[in-house]
Amino acid sequence: MARMNVNPTRMVLTNLKRKLVVAIRGHKLMKDKRDELMKRFLNLARENKVLREEVEKMLKEVYQNFAIANAVMSSEMMEEALMYPKQGVSISLDRKNVMSVDVPVFNFETETDDESDIYPYGFATTSGELDSTISRLNEVFPVMLKLAAMEKEASLLAQEIEKTRRRVNALEYIMIPRLEETIRYIKMKLDENERGNQTRLMKVKDMMIEEAILEKQRFDSECLEEFKAGKH
Amino acid sequence: MHKIGVIGDRASVLGFKAVGLDVFPCHDKDEAKETLHRIAKENYAIIYITEGLCKDMIEDIEKYKDERVPAIIPIPGMDGSYGIGLANLKKSVERAVGADILFGDE
Repeated sequence: MARMNVNPTRMVLTNLKRKLVVAIRGHKLMKDKRDELMKRFLNLARENKVLREEVEKMLKEVYQNFAIANAVMSSEMMEEALMYPKQGVSISLDRKNVMSVDVPVFNFETETDDESDIYPYGFATTSGELDSTISRLNEVFPVMLKLAAMEKEASLLAQEIEKTRRRVNALEYIMIPRLEETIRYIKMKLDENERGNQTRLMKVKDMMIEEAILEKQRFDSECLEEFKAGKH
Repeated sequence: MHKIGVIGDRASVLGFKAVGLDVFPCHDKDEAKETLHRIAKENYAIIYITEGLCKDMIEDIEKYKDERVPAIIPIPGMDGSYGIGLANLKKSVERAVGADILFGDE
């Protein structure tokens, strides 16, 4: 594992230790976030799948009805009947915060509340199939909105999970090992310096003792000489 | 206030007009792409695209994937479902989890 390029000093060691603590805490938080997001996402994805299948089924029915209506009526009449819609839909966009992911919430409003008042044509020239198609479509539509909100949420959550997962992995496999490695390196280096210092001190002490012994011996031999000279 | 748009072939989307959605009939994918980019800049919060057109413009749709709006949702068209919606969902699961763990058993 690559260690960081730092000076092995006590100051840096303290800083790195502090960083390691932060990294470990961050890693734990990120991991919790990822797990919770994942839990929500999987539930959402399951619901989403069910809803999508439902919508697809409903739309298929609508299309079948529509095809029949199309067959019964001429296409010009169809165009004419649907040319000016009576119903208008507008949606207001709210936001919802799911684990700090900004998710849109759609609330829709229709212009006419009365369900029987949505047909933009008179009943004289159109077929009954068209009516049932429109009425069915009106039922499908709120579900489609729900589906839209849910799919968007799922895709946004997926994006966030991917980001969080990358961060977790970066912390777990790169940041934290690197910090640990560097801290170990600095500790070793400091210990090594300490030992070097110790031996140096011991060496100096040895040298001093040796010198003192030599000094003593010289003094002794001088005394002996003097003594011998005095005696003779 | 935001609006809802539907892009698709004429036959599929005509009905949506009646329930009050803004309909953009398109004949081919180039027209659909152009329409998508145009209305994405406008006040549309949800854009439904029929899967028949969807399958040729996936890159264009991906562009809006990570934004909050518009939500671009594939719906089956008159010619039936190509399974793009479910494939997208599967893709998100793969993106989030790293492997498809929800729909793998089918």
